[in-house]
Amino acid sequence: MSARELTGGRRVLGAAKPYLIVAPAIAILLVFWVYPIFNMGYLSLFKWDLISPKMKFVGLDNFAAILADAQFWQTVASTLIYTLFVVGFGVGLGMLVAVYLYERTKTNGFLQAVVFSPYVVSLASVALLWLWIMNKDFGLLNSLLAAVGLGPVDWLGDPRVALASLILISVWKSVGYDSLILVSALQAIPRHLYEAARLDSAGRWATFSKITFPMISPTMFFLVIVDVIASLKVFETIQIMTSGGPQNATNTLVYSLYEYGFQFNRVGTAAAIGVVLLVMIAVFSVAYFKLLARRVHYR
Amino acid sequence: MASGKTAFTPRRVGRWVANALIVLVFFFPFFWMASSSLKTLGETMQFPPSLLPAEPQWDNYQAVMDSIPFWRYLLNSLVVSLSVLVLQALTVVPAAYAFSQYDFKGKGILFGITLVTMMVPAQLVFLPLFVMFARWGMINSYASLILPFATSAFNIFMLRQTFNQMPRELVEAARLDHASELKIIWHLFLPMAKATLVTCALLTFISTWNDYFWPLVLTTNDTVRTLPVGVASMRASENGINYQVLMAANVLLTLPILVVYGFANKHIIKAFSYIGDK
Repeated sequence: MSARELTGGRRVLGAAKPYLIVAPAIAILLVFWVYPIFNMGYLSLFKWDLISPKMKFVGLDNFAAILADAQFWQTVASTLIYTLFVVGFGVGLGMLVAVYLYERTKTNGFLQAVVFSPYVVSLASVALLWLWIMNKDFGLLNSLLAAVGLGPVDWLGDPRVALASLILISVWKSVGYDSLILVSALQAIPRHLYEAARLDSAGRWATFSKITFPMISPTMFFLVIVDVIASLKVFETIQIMTSGGPQNATNTLVYSLYEYGFQFNRVGTAAAIGVVLLVMIAVFSVAYFKLLARRVHYR
Repeated sequence: MASGKTAFTPRRVGRWVANALIVLVFFFPFFWMASSSLKTLGETMQFPPSLLPAEPQWDNYQAVMDSIPFWRYLLNSLVVSLSVLVLQALTVVPAAYAFSQYDFKGKGILFGITLVTMMVPAQLVFLPLFVMFARWGMINSYASLILPFATSAFNIFMLRQTFNQMPRELVEAARLDHASELKIIWHLFLPMAKATLVTCALLTFISTWNDYFWPLVLTTNDTVRTLPVGVASMRASENGINYQVLMAANVLLTLPILVVYGFANKHIIKAFSYIGDK
């Protein structure tokens, strides 16, 4: 083999190198995360029970069926209500906590760690813990209510209360994250802006609405998107605590997707619900990327 | 707190009350879990409930071992979490390096694919993947729990951002010294990205260890089932839930994470705020 051939061979290898280096990661992403999305779209066009070898092509019938199903719309409504309140209370309370804790002191650092602790724990543990705290007969919450002469409330068994209970748990778990992100946004505001405001003898509200709020609103918007996407995926608390009940009051899109797929063996219906959820997540993901690009650029 | 005279201003008292409230709301539930896990069945049902058990019932922890294959679940959790970490190190670092340091045809498309998959949740793809794994005869295998997470679009993105900060001159100087590619990665890129690597590893480990959804939908028996799914399955016993035993199991599930968090909460909090920041 001549020297020239050798370098030629090396050049081919050199050109192929970047592809070889990214290949393992890209292969995994394509097989396990991209292909299934298309496969789900495909499955949504069939009637299939997951077991039998035969799949029956039904076109868009699965979509027509879910769109005509009142229970599906109830599921969509529950998902949206859950998302709206979890995000609203999470970011709202997170803001309160952040304003309260943003000065860098030892006590504040400790409190921040305490508020954040539910966030690092598995959502399954949190669900089991609150299953006990919200127990109708012997739970801590009803004991506290009884001590002041109220209750008992059937936190998870009353269809008017159950969704609110799940919202409460989710806010309890995630408010630490919201406040953490907002604290770092607050700390990033240049001090001199506040000094200038003081020299202009601006009031507290004016300082907040003219300086603090505009400075942290990109972060807040980012948080809202992240929280919306997280809320649309809610599953653990529902599966562990209510199974979508009582009277379907806590059934969400992901949970009904799981139910149709694994419990009712109606894969086509499940996949159609998945496509609806995909569209919802896609809309918010586009917003997420626009913001992410701007944040990365801004840094 | 130095002098008693300044300590009792209304503002300070107000702050103490608020601080106590924060600790109560966010920490007391965990205390309640631990306390309940040491009570007798009778104590869990008394009103008003007692703050602490009269005598700690360590038997409740034995009862956990008797009702679920605890060590099996723990081993499974460790195998899955550690395998995911190792495989991600092998796939994420090279991909991030290539996306950051090479120009090649189709790079934009491949990076675009990476970004898009970042937003695809497991809750959306489990059904087609279950069908796929079933066809391959891989339900109830470690592979079905590990492979989909053997790389991470998010971590590739984070690490690429960090690698992009590397000064070109440093890399070129190393090339002139005939340093090999691997050496350059090992001695230049990995040390400068240490903070990002620790962050990504920590977040990946916590989320894999805590994951409930994936092992739930991809397992039909105990062979590879992980701890969160195993512990949660205890709530479905025929003769009602024994909350003191369920809470004991829950303590065992939560404790490792809370202990790690207790020691490294500064790191962990920084890691999480990093995601929000970037």
